[in-house]
Amino acid sequence: MSDAHSQTSPGEAGPIHTSLKVPLLVLLAFALLHLLAASALGLIAAIQLHTPGFFAGCEYVTFGRVYPAAINELAYGWGVNAGLAVALWLTARLARGTVPQGGLLVVAIVFWNLGVKLGVLGILAGDSTTFAWLEMPRYVGPFLLIAYTLIAAWVVAVQCRGVARWLYASQWYVLASLFWFPWLWSAAQLMLVFAPVRGTVQAVVAAWFAHNFLSLWFASLGLALVYYFLPKVLGRPIRGYYLSSMAFWLFAIFTTWAGAARLAGAPVPAWTQTAGRAANFMLLVPLAIFAVNFFGTLRAGGLRALRHSIVLRFMAVAAVVFTLWMLRGVVGALPGLTELTGLTWFNTAGDYAVVYGMFSMAAFGAVYYLAPRLLRRAWPSAILIKAHFWFATTGLVLGVVALSCGGIFVQGIGLANAKVPMAEINTGMVFWLHLATFAGILLTLGHLAFFVNFFKLVLCPRHRSAAAAAPVPAVLLRPSPELQAPAR
Amino acid sequence: MNRAPLIFLGAFLVLAFSWAGLVLTNQVGYGSLAPHFDDTENKAYPAQMAGPAAQGAAVYQDLGCAYCHTQQVRGGAQGADLTRLPKWGERDSYARDYLRDTRVQLGDLRVGPDLRNVGARDTDSTALYLHLYDPAHANPAWTMPSYNFLFEQRPITGEPSPLALKVPVAAGFEVLPTPRAVALVAYLLSLKDTYDYPDESQMNTPPAPPKTAAPAKGGPPVGATSVKSPASAATDAAKPAAAKP
Repeated sequence: MSDAHSQTSPGEAGPIHTSLKVPLLVLLAFALLHLLAASALGLIAAIQLHTPGFFAGCEYVTFGRVYPAAINELAYGWGVNAGLAVALWLTARLARGTVPQGGLLVVAIVFWNLGVKLGVLGILAGDSTTFAWLEMPRYVGPFLLIAYTLIAAWVVAVQCRGVARWLYASQWYVLASLFWFPWLWSAAQLMLVFAPVRGTVQAVVAAWFAHNFLSLWFASLGLALVYYFLPKVLGRPIRGYYLSSMAFWLFAIFTTWAGAARLAGAPVPAWTQTAGRAANFMLLVPLAIFAVNFFGTLRAGGLRALRHSIVLRFMAVAAVVFTLWMLRGVVGALPGLTELTGLTWFNTAGDYAVVYGMFSMAAFGAVYYLAPRLLRRAWPSAILIKAHFWFATTGLVLGVVALSCGGIFVQGIGLANAKVPMAEINTGMVFWLHLATFAGILLTLGHLAFFVNFFKLVLCPRHRSAAAAAPVPAVLLRPSPELQAPAR
Repeated sequence: MNRAPLIFLGAFLVLAFSWAGLVLTNQVGYGSLAPHFDDTENKAYPAQMAGPAAQGAAVYQDLGCAYCHTQQVRGGAQGADLTRLPKWGERDSYARDYLRDTRVQLGDLRVGPDLRNVGARDTDSTALYLHLYDPAHANPAWTMPSYNFLFEQRPITGEPSPLALKVPVAAGFEVLPTPRAVALVAYLLSLKDTYDYPDESQMNTPPAPPKTAAPAKGGPPVGATSVKSPASAATDAAKPAAAKP
């Protein structure tokens, strides 16, 4: 019941896991290294916001460079690597397909990571494009696209080789995300970097890309994980599963328009901004279905399960943050509030929430589940897992709340009042930015715990002997025939 | 929902729909917006950026200034930019203002003041050099980092340079802006949207009397379709360039 591989008979998952092992571990190892780099760069940027003397005078780590470098390490280094890892895992497990030619896949993964590293170094050297979430320099754009396409094609190949023809909800999101990212990336690169459009149409393209990257890559893969793990861990089907295909299409249709709300108040046509606001409101419909699907399942499964399963806890946090993020979009689109939230940390905090609170938390949970199964040994330390969860959750809540509160109550209200001088807003923000730095330290500690545990699991063979007998600490699971049921 | 090709096709169409609706429609609508030629001044607005300013725009981009400074003025119901002191602008920003920018850096976070009209404020290159070299010089509350790497300390040879910054420095030395700092400051000083386009200003409500708040507007105007409207010729002569503060 609580055993590392109680879920599957070796006969079924054995060849799948064997073929997954190397590419998946390489993806995850790169993802983790990038996550640590992102933490370090992000901490430098966070400290500089309230202590401008920190690394002042060093051009390569001036705020305007180190901040986008941190964001891109997080998005492309951690986010895309971890996203591809979970996409590969979910596809292989749900379609029951093996990975062909894993060695070649590893080459593609190495190329992707070389591209990301080169891009981040390019940003630190001053080659950023300055478009939010798309700062990667011009010279790595096509390179990254090719490497990504190779990896994504492999996941699709696994799907094609699979024996299970039924597509579960997680697979819709995975397949669509795999396809959306290169679509978005090439359209945005073409219209902003290689053949740039004129004037503020650039801002429209940039907002379209940024929001869709967050929702169609990060949120979508996070949803895939939540749809997979809630029934898996709780051992019961998704509540109201028949509604989930409607939620998928409605989410996709409306969220692709919602990015225009980022332009509220900007010198772009008013109808564009209105369309963005309207789309944010329409997202309430799929949100209602998601709420029934996720919280209905969690409630039916008994909240006590949260105490037993760390995987479930990560997924529950992801589901809650996702809900709040969608509601935040509605609140931010309300006329009257847009003026208060526009151009403040409130909006930035929302972006962090979906990347970190939704996608990353779900991905952490997934790694805690899949790594022991791949390696057939238990996590070396249960304490480190718990530490990671609590550091990540506390840091997430503290950081997002600090930036949102400071963003509205100090920055938003200050900017809306002409009598408040900019210097006063700066002074008022210092407290909240200190809190955000503290949150960043907590997140970094969590990442360190995760990093140590993961590499001990992969590299220390002494845990191997105890594998068969040792329970997976804190990853307690019940068999879940329900998840597999629709596959038949 | 049982077919992967269906998912792919649907995913493609959904994103294509939003791309066509948001991106393509705007590109067709005002992607080829033209500068406005003012017959009375015999000049086109927005004016082309001079060489050093264009180089400075690249420095602005390379240092990531846009992460803390927006370049979009919001007045009326959208914000208090037009009424604060010093004013961040005389009017709201229009889409037409950005035609000369190769890379439009509207910015989406205001850690520091808006810079769209920094060149129209009561400032000069000396003040900007000092601000870049030591932002806390004028006000210790500023959280802007020092950009002293844009300056170099050199031994004074012969006459002190007129560009030398008035900052504490070892005897016999002077602090001079590097070419990048010169370009950046030239760019910053070139940032002034003081000309009010007849097409766009028509979309605003009539300018308020000088003492009250800024002119409000219904929504950010674009004027894409009205570039060649007959009204524009009529108002050209009547609308002089807006005064500088």
